[in-house]
Amino acid sequence: MLQVRHLSKVFFEQNDPRKPGLVALYDISLSVRKNEFVSLLGPSGCGKTTLIRIVAGLLPADRGEVLVNGKPVTSPGRERCMVFQQFGLLPWRTVLGNVEFGLEIEGVAREERREVSRKYLDLVGLKGFEDYYPHQISGGMQQRVGIARALSKKPDILLMDEPFGAVDAQTREQLQEELLKIWAKTDTTVIFVTHSIDESIYLSDRVVVMHSRPGCIKEEVVVDLPRPRWEGDIKADPRFAQLRARIRESLRA
Amino acid sequence: MAASLNNDDIIEELKLRREPAWSLSDHPNLIRAASVTVFLALWEIYGRRTDPLLLTYPTAVLRAALQLIWSGELLRQLLVSLASLAAGFGASLVLGVGLGLMMGRSRLAEAALEPHVNGLYATPQVALTPLLMMWFGLGFSVKVVIIFLFAFFPILINTASGVKNVSASMVEVGRAYMASERQVLLKVVFPAALPFIMAGVRLAVGRGLVGMIVAELFTAITGLGAMLTLYGNLFETAKMFVVIIVLGLLGVGLIQATQWLERRMARWKETERATQ
Repeated sequence: MLQVRHLSKVFFEQNDPRKPGLVALYDISLSVRKNEFVSLLGPSGCGKTTLIRIVAGLLPADRGEVLVNGKPVTSPGRERCMVFQQFGLLPWRTVLGNVEFGLEIEGVAREERREVSRKYLDLVGLKGFEDYYPHQISGGMQQRVGIARALSKKPDILLMDEPFGAVDAQTREQLQEELLKIWAKTDTTVIFVTHSIDESIYLSDRVVVMHSRPGCIKEEVVVDLPRPRWEGDIKADPRFAQLRARIRESLRA
Repeated sequence: MAASLNNDDIIEELKLRREPAWSLSDHPNLIRAASVTVFLALWEIYGRRTDPLLLTYPTAVLRAALQLIWSGELLRQLLVSLASLAAGFGASLVLGVGLGLMMGRSRLAEAALEPHVNGLYATPQVALTPLLMMWFGLGFSVKVVIIFLFAFFPILINTASGVKNVSASMVEVGRAYMASERQVLLKVVFPAALPFIMAGVRLAVGRGLVGMIVAELFTAITGLGAMLTLYGNLFETAKMFVVIIVLGLLGVGLIQATQWLERRMARWKETERATQ
């Protein structure tokens, strides 16, 4: 489904764009299966956001390539949709208008995109909030709008860049659970950037541990916890604790 | 202690409810009306005792106004002025927003246009009037050009800086959803910059009005400005006051209309500010 091959990215100096500065990513190779939920975990500055942005086609790679269904990625595509850290909602559009945005760009007729958007708003639990403006609803709800907007395009790959980083802890847990439920219903592949160990274990099939300077993949940890994970208290499971200890060790080393 | 913790009950219990006393400061409209009345009365008294060549008085102005309205002269000249204002302002709106979007989006366009814009904007536009009259004559077109020059720059400069202020992440959202450059411009950049653009439009309305009068005073053939020159030469002070008052009302009306438009178009910004 998704393959990243020997990818490297260097950021050039701000005041001299010809001078190479920081190596953000060095020789990243990764492959993700269809329907897999993969987390990119690492400290800030490890290049995980850069990596997901390159996969999204928002940033060019300097060396190596990204293949989606065997085709190289050079720009954003309709099979990949992004959920942004700061939600990325357009403040002058209503909730419904924001969800419609992706379909509108694509040229879907008004009636149809309304209908599709309402369906996805319903899916993320925002029925009845169609006419609110983003600043009138909470951060958690804003990110649900962001998720509905991405899902409305029925992407093969959902790219999520620290989507729950800007919401409070309780809302975050609730959103994690809902994300898993939505993911179970739609068969999308998810790439999820986070710096929370618990979040990555709770959500993923596989955790890709990264370290910084230069940004590399240190280790891939398979999470073999049973699904669904929202029933009972999986975070109290001893296997969860083992994984947490192992990943923490890996991040520290 | 009350069993329920109802908000109103608590206020009652704390005895915080007071009967408001009548106070003059609660009725600003009353004060406004009184102030205007006193002003008009003093003007009337003083005006009647002054040489009518220098100053007139409210009732005389009213009489002159009725006369000018009756003869149709006021309406005719007002329409002539408004037509040139509409044409000049319309052109500055279209070109100002268009070029402003270009300058804000493209560094190339910015570098190419900047010296001309800064140079022309810094020059007092009134200084160009004699030249423009040589080029465009004394008719309708010279007025349109002068009004355009007065109103164009605030719109252009505000649009360009509004566009530059649109956050990169907002543009990125557009790109992530595969918007073309045109779509990014129309669906992301323009609406995001709209509050800035409207602020520029509000400035431009005032300046456009000044441009209109400057043009008409210079050319002195048609329009409200020409009426001012004409009645000034005839020493008909009351009629001059009528024109000045009409211009004042026009200014107030146009600014109000822009503010209304501004609130409507940038409603999200308004409510956003209110909740923060």
